[in-house]
Amino acid sequence: MSLLRGLLGMELIETSVRLFLDFQEKLASLDSALILDVPLGVISRIEKMGGATSRGENSYGLDITCKDMRNLRFALKQEGHSRRDMFDILTRYAFPLAHSLPIFAFLNEEKFNVDGWTVYNPVEEYRRQGLPNHHWRITFINKCYELCDTYPALLVVPYRASDDDLRRVATFRSRNRIPVLSWIHPENKTVIVRCSQPLVGMSGKRNKDDEKYLDVIRETNRQISKLTIYDARPNVNAVANKATGGGYESDDAYHNAELFFLDIHNIHVMRESLKKVKDIVYPNVEESHWLSSLESTHWLEHIKLVLTGAIQVADKVSSGKSSVLVHCSDGWDRTAQLTSLAMLMLDSFYRSIEGFEILVQKEWISFGHKFASRIGHGDKNHADADRSPIFLQFIDCVWQMSKQFPTAFEFNERFLITILDHLYSCRFGTFLYNCESARERQKVTERTVSLWSLINSNKDKFKNPFYTKEINRVLYPVASMRHLELWVNYYIRWNPRIKQQQPNPVEQRYVELLALRDEYIQRLEELQLAGSAKLAEPSTSPAGPSPMMPHVHTHF
Amino acid sequence: MLGKGVVGGGGGTKAPKPSFVSYVRPEEIHTNEKEVTEKEVTLHLLPGEQLLCEASTVLKYVQEDSCQRGIYGKLVCTDFKIAFLGDDDSALDNDETQFKNKVIGENDITLHCVDQIYGVFDEKKKTLFGQLKKYPEKLIIHCKDLRVFHFCLRYTKEEEVKRIVSGIIHHTQAPKLLKRLFLFSYAAAAQNHAATDPRNHTVMFDTLKDWCWELERTKGSVKYKAVSVNEGYKVCERLPAYFVVPTPLPEEDLSRFQGHGIPLWCWSCHNGCALLKMSALPKKEQDDGLSQMQKSFLDGIYKTIHRPPYEIVKTEDLSSNFLSLQDIQTAYSKFKQLFLIDNSTEFWDTDIKWFSLLESSSWLDIIRRCLKKAIEITECLEAQNVNVLLLEENASDLCCLVSSLVQVMMDPHCRTRIGFQSLVQKEWIMGGHSFLDRCNHLRQSDKEEVPVFLLFLDCVWQLVHQHPPAFDFTETYLTVLSDSLYIPIFSTFFFNSPHQKDNVGRESQDTQSKPLNLLTVWDWSVQFEPKAQMLLKNPLYVEKPKLDKGQRKGMRFKGPQGRGGRFSSWFSLFPASWTRTALSSGTAWPEHQRQLSLPLTQSKSSPKRGFFREETDHLIKNLLGKRISKLINSSDELHDNLREFYDSWHSKPTDYHGLLLPHIEGPEIKVWAQRYLRWIPEAQILGGGRAATVSKLLEMMEEVERLQEKIDARPHGQGALLAEAPLLLRGSARLSALFPFALLQRHPSKPVLPTSGWKALGDEEDLAKREDEFVDLGDV
Repeated sequence: MSLLRGLLGMELIETSVRLFLDFQEKLASLDSALILDVPLGVISRIEKMGGATSRGENSYGLDITCKDMRNLRFALKQEGHSRRDMFDILTRYAFPLAHSLPIFAFLNEEKFNVDGWTVYNPVEEYRRQGLPNHHWRITFINKCYELCDTYPALLVVPYRASDDDLRRVATFRSRNRIPVLSWIHPENKTVIVRCSQPLVGMSGKRNKDDEKYLDVIRETNRQISKLTIYDARPNVNAVANKATGGGYESDDAYHNAELFFLDIHNIHVMRESLKKVKDIVYPNVEESHWLSSLESTHWLEHIKLVLTGAIQVADKVSSGKSSVLVHCSDGWDRTAQLTSLAMLMLDSFYRSIEGFEILVQKEWISFGHKFASRIGHGDKNHADADRSPIFLQFIDCVWQMSKQFPTAFEFNERFLITILDHLYSCRFGTFLYNCESARERQKVTERTVSLWSLINSNKDKFKNPFYTKEINRVLYPVASMRHLELWVNYYIRWNPRIKQQQPNPVEQRYVELLALRDEYIQRLEELQLAGSAKLAEPSTSPAGPSPMMPHVHTHF
Repeated sequence: MLGKGVVGGGGGTKAPKPSFVSYVRPEEIHTNEKEVTEKEVTLHLLPGEQLLCEASTVLKYVQEDSCQRGIYGKLVCTDFKIAFLGDDDSALDNDETQFKNKVIGENDITLHCVDQIYGVFDEKKKTLFGQLKKYPEKLIIHCKDLRVFHFCLRYTKEEEVKRIVSGIIHHTQAPKLLKRLFLFSYAAAAQNHAATDPRNHTVMFDTLKDWCWELERTKGSVKYKAVSVNEGYKVCERLPAYFVVPTPLPEEDLSRFQGHGIPLWCWSCHNGCALLKMSALPKKEQDDGLSQMQKSFLDGIYKTIHRPPYEIVKTEDLSSNFLSLQDIQTAYSKFKQLFLIDNSTEFWDTDIKWFSLLESSSWLDIIRRCLKKAIEITECLEAQNVNVLLLEENASDLCCLVSSLVQVMMDPHCRTRIGFQSLVQKEWIMGGHSFLDRCNHLRQSDKEEVPVFLLFLDCVWQLVHQHPPAFDFTETYLTVLSDSLYIPIFSTFFFNSPHQKDNVGRESQDTQSKPLNLLTVWDWSVQFEPKAQMLLKNPLYVEKPKLDKGQRKGMRFKGPQGRGGRFSSWFSLFPASWTRTALSSGTAWPEHQRQLSLPLTQSKSSPKRGFFREETDHLIKNLLGKRISKLINSSDELHDNLREFYDSWHSKPTDYHGLLLPHIEGPEIKVWAQRYLRWIPEAQILGGGRAATVSKLLEMMEEVERLQEKIDARPHGQGALLAEAPLLLRGSARLSALFPFALLQRHPSKPVLPTSGWKALGDEEDLAKREDEFVDLGDV
């Protein structure tokens, strides 16, 4: 890949600029002081505005809607018909799937000195959790994705459940997504188990194998009499799901289980909510009615409910009261949010950079969060009802937590924003496709670069200097509107009026102090060496404090 | 907790809200009856303080881990405070008491701090005032510093209940005479105690010299003069004994309308423009002759200040097209109610509609309007080179607010602690802001109670929050300053004017004895130990480096040379080699990010300039956004000039020693969480928030300082390189984000769980009912 694919004249606002597609498939318009850098993957929709008869400034051109809250508008000159070419080329490369072209990640030849694909190794991760143990085993039943095509190849299940049991349970769980272990508490051995809804249906079907299987899960921890089931959905939705064959675990069928609904809404509600967020920050940020507008988007309310749910899961497990089973409908959206957030609260390992990568790789990517459908990589159908910002919402929750606990995470805000940028960019293979089996078919790990390669080869950039490792600290964020905030640095970052909070002065100052400390320590070591040299040779006069050394300016 | 079937998703099932919910009935509270022996906790009385009434076996509710427990103790009322003397076994250890106030204890409420008193009768909450026929079983006290106390009186003898309840109601709510303020009994009794230097170098503006000094400092002395015509308050009792006016103004004019209609100098800008204020002439429509006189008098005044060397004067009438005091009062009384929360249920019920509740109080919008007004005036002074004359009826409310806000933004001296205190002295205390009436200290008229000064502090807080390195003081400083409004041992906030202070002080004394030695709030050692005072000082603040003599203040709006100050100021203290490495080593945040005026070539360090270079991303985005927004934003609320001024300032990196403008966009105006949320247990983030980072910063500063000492003492020093650091804030995991105020929890293990359900989605209801995707029935 080397040459420019196209070179077109173009006028942006009053300045005459060139717009070209460069070899990295990015949209860039150049003038001496202005570079626009938009990965084509982020484009959601391209529209022509104005027609041949349009008059007036900026009435004719292209309107580009992006997945990352941006809208770009290019005003063009009518003469020359450059717009049609532009439109065609942009459409081709922004939506390669519709034109039988490969997604850019497959063409990207970037090289990094770290291979991000090796970050997550399920066996190692389960071993870190102390698995397998007496009660839990690793099964390869899904090696060829025969049991469940949206699950990973390697699963952790109760020791006492045979592979045949698993097959029978699979028939009773939506899309065969059976309950499997996500996380085990290192001390009290309670677990977080994830799955999809049971196929109860209108007639209230029961399945002995499923009931027995849940009881086996409960029994992996002896002293506990009940298994807690968190159904992420609102009660009414769970009931409504019976009409399409789904449902929830009833009291009669599951004696030893306690079910709670967490009232988290579905993907459509979330999509609309985010759309409303965009409306209040673009093109202008609401001023005097900012708060009520923000409230009317419900975005933070959704965040609050997701966090609340995750706190409940984490609290149940951490207190050792009960093991927890989490599901929603299919167990790949809300379930992934809840399990991964609860794990983040419970296990400080996931709060490191690599730990977080593993968490995403495990709970989201390997367990079949439908990234391709939810994001629509390379797909021109911008109105697809399958699209939804579920992963963004998860990252937002993580940001809220990192905001509330600024010393608890090894990574910084830029890390989270980078993940989101490349969720759309199609530069890396990490978020492509809906599940592991599809990724394997496409040989994604061989043919594309992992986002973690970019991040791990330049980790310093993504580090939070305040990070303090606290191994056993369970982190409970406060899921109150008093503390939840709109993530301005992400959602409104394109608006020049809005303050970019970086560089954060506290952080900056801290980094300066860290460097100074290191310098002083080095200096002391040197002095010490010199000192011991002097002991051997006692003739020299005692060295006073170095005149070159300025005094630290501390403010006490 | 959300139980099965209890919370209908999207359903509007809402239980009728009882006017008061008691979580725990007193019977349920576990206390060993035999142990109720109330270990005597001695009442600490200040000099001159007298015990008025008391009641024993009172139960104070403490909320902990979302359940309540009670502590038995004695409730007392003195002529200074209401105090609860309980045997709280969970005594705070050293670290936690570091920030203890020496005057006001954890369970003390000064009489002036009481806002509302409620009684609970048969589970119903009622406001208490005047004579009571029936005495409540529970007393709830809402404080002006937003604490909420619950006292259960069920086990108290009836006699004592009557005495304490009526005592508290009387002493906190009945109108008082000025001379009955505790201030005077304290001053009389504590004469000998105030030995420390009370002034703390704060300029008090009670002498001619102070005003001359200020004129000199701001280079205003060319066109303005300090006058002593009001010595002994001969001309006017509203004005201070000394003040500053335009030089050509004849002294006899000053006395013609008792100081009304006189342009009083507030401050001079570096370009010579001045901020002035004037109290409007009293309107006398019936008397034609007088109004004629007034008119010609004013004409004369205006002519004087319009003539060169004076710049053009722009008049800003604050009483007609700006906020009214009524607006402020209404907004704050709604706003504070959002934080005076009785219990957990109330907290979570209000949480769902939190943003709209906030908005409907309009408090944040009022803050925004004040900041906007201050930006407008700053633009006039700084960019348009005109004088600004603020006009208000008495020039003692919004004038104080706006003029001091402008000075905080324009004059970096006002962002040091001493400078800020001097500013408050100059604009508010000497400016004749009626603290006594505005705080309703004497309970004489609720109508006059308007939190103008608090509004000012909240505006300053917004600036402190948005630009942390620009201020010598912390938000904690502002919070304790706001608390000090209600502590009647300091004279600062207990008079309506300097005249009143000087006179009443004299009256209440027989002429023979020494004048009363009234304390000023600026002597922080009265309230806090040195260690606690450290929390008032901002560790991020770096004093402006001394410039060469010839160099003019390079800190102004237009000069690009002063704009790099953020780095130079701090780095100038370090070896040059270190500075270079720190600046060039790829720090995680591009420092050029906001320097839009600089050419792109600045980031020349990259050998491979691919389009993916992250470092330039922000810059690019900013630039792009800028162009586009120009295209889009045609309907702006700010005028063009002002817009440009505002945008241009914000597009450049901030010089913390120069002009400072606030952001006033919707998301940028925030709730002052430390002041408003600090007493609410549900709102505490343990081990989090800014307190967590700041405590790490302080630890690191201590460590660096220690290393420095070691290097200096090196010839004799040996021993370990890194000895144990004497940490300032140990166990930061347990500190609340709202440190140093928040209640400290001893068992930070339980999460707080919202108890309220989901609000109806409204128009999204049909979406909510949809399936995520089609569920195939499989082969079931």
